[in-house]
Amino acid sequence: MSALLTIDRMSIAAGERQLVRNVSFSIAPGERLGLIGESGSGKSLTALALIGLLSDAMMATGSILLADTEVVGARERQLVALRGPVVATIFQEPLTALDPLMRVGRQIGEVVRRRMRHDCVSTSSQQVQARVLELLARVSIPDPERLARAYPHEISGGQRQRVAIAMALAWRPRLLIADEPTTALDVTTQADILKLIGQLVEEENMALLFISHDIPVVAAAVDRVAVLKQGELVEDGSVGEVLQAPNNGYTRSLIEAARTFDRALGRLF
Amino acid sequence: MSLTPADTPQPTAISVRRKIPLSLIVGGLIVGLHLLAGILTILWTPYEPTAMVGGRLAEPSIAHWAGTDRLGRDLFTQILIGARIALEVGSGAVLVGAGIGITLGTLAAFATRTLDDVFAAAFDILIAFPTLLVAMLIVTASQTASLFTAVLAIGIAGSAIIARLTRILVKRVLSMDYIVAARVAGSSWPSIVFVHVLPNIWPTLIVNLALQFGLAAMAESSLSYLGLGAPPPNASWGRLLQEAQGTVYTAPFGAIAPGLALVTLVIGMNLLADGLRAFADPTRRRSR
Ligand SMILES: Nc1ncnc2c1ncn2[C@@H]1O[C@H](COP(=O)(O)OP(=O)(O)OP(=O)(O)O)[C@@H](O)[C@H]1O
Ligand SMILES: [Mg+2]
Repeated sequence: MSALLTIDRMSIAAGERQLVRNVSFSIAPGERLGLIGESGSGKSLTALALIGLLSDAMMATGSILLADTEVVGARERQLVALRGPVVATIFQEPLTALDPLMRVGRQIGEVVRRRMRHDCVSTSSQQVQARVLELLARVSIPDPERLARAYPHEISGGQRQRVAIAMALAWRPRLLIADEPTTALDVTTQADILKLIGQLVEEENMALLFISHDIPVVAAAVDRVAVLKQGELVEDGSVGEVLQAPNNGYTRSLIEAARTFDRALGRLF
Repeated sequence: MSLTPADTPQPTAISVRRKIPLSLIVGGLIVGLHLLAGILTILWTPYEPTAMVGGRLAEPSIAHWAGTDRLGRDLFTQILIGARIALEVGSGAVLVGAGIGITLGTLAAFATRTLDDVFAAAFDILIAFPTLLVAMLIVTASQTASLFTAVLAIGIAGSAIIARLTRILVKRVLSMDYIVAARVAGSSWPSIVFVHVLPNIWPTLIVNLALQFGLAAMAESSLSYLGLGAPPPNASWGRLLQEAQGTVYTAPFGAIAPGLALVTLVIGMNLLADGLRAFADPTRRRSR
């Protein structure tokens, strides 16, 4: 089977500064890849590049083939066609990722309506509303009717992230990008959200690009791991391989740091 | 573990119906009163506005609430009509200014770097000129002093302020994560502008439009005072003030009454603006 995403020698530069260098990896349909690396290593930039959303000040070169579409140098119209049906993203900070002045139900409804139009299904507001409530229930939100009427600032961080997941799910994308989806949440909520993402990815048979600097979290969520260090890919292999026998000193130090930290917390992996 | 998940909805999480801010009520009442007066004059006025119905420069009385002018015309009637003119010019000018300003400001925010700089500089230069001066120039250039040119002139003169504000507000919203999120979810730019950008800048914009409304009413009076506004028999407050100027010591009421009408309208609009600010933005509702 051909890959869903193939990144080949991709580099990202902001003016003279090289932020990501010669990164290559691929994701097969339904595969779950974890992208790890310390803060500032270029994880988020890589994710933005592959949906064509780098800011104007930045330039990607090389090749990013997403569902047989070349993203590098693509026109906005081609990219809009990819965003949604092919790829959806969940961000780190769910509060700022939701429009503060729009009720949660309407925000999800916007995506649902676009999806229905895309599928050439007639859209009545009752149908949209029903689908919104269904999605909210899908992400395990109790009392969806009430939550749909709330504004983002009126719900908890975990609920916001569930709403963001519901919006991503509305498209049933082939690839889900989760950029540190649990970093802004407390530990119990983190575990719930991770379980939810894992379950939905499995049920919908989506591929997953999971970005994090938390190795235990990544290890639990994915099949394969790629490691970024200062914009360069230093490791790419199955979770077992990379965590048992990292062939790079940087990866080893990351794992060692995580182990020490976990021992201190009394958690083990 | 997980007896109650940390993110089940709390009872307090639902929007609390908040009481309407006092400034909105008072401002609404004052502006509403002016509005009523203005609408009333379309149907009925206490006296014929141009008829000489009393003694000249009469003091306020039961028959003439605000006294009479030099020619014995009822001042209260003229002040009521003045309210209509002020509201007409105010709303007209704000519509013109908002139409031009919001469009240009949004375009500037989306423009390329250099074009945006040109826009920004142009707005700043226009704003550096007093609104009234620009409006006077436009009226003089058009060589017709009418209600319509006054509306256009004041609207155009005020549009730069709205454009500059819109540009900054749009830019701020465009840098937000939820815009990226909307783009990730496949929204096109036009739909992002109408679904996310305009609603988010609206609370700030509406407040400033209400302030502009008060300024426009004041600018109209100033133009009329200078003889550049609506020509007679339109009883603009500015013209009433100008006519009362010669007799301000002997009959102060001729100046006080239209002055009071203008000041209350401007204050009313400002209060309304302030009340709207808190009301239009749901993220601020809880914190008040
Ligand atoms: N708009 C920008 N202009 C210039 N440099 C940028 C810009 N955005 C990010 N960078 C730089 O690019 C590098 C990679 O950033 P990126 O956001 O991808 O890091 P990250 O791996 O996601 O880190 P974190 O774990 O903290 O989210 C950083 O050094 C950052 O300073
Ligand atoms: Mg990041």
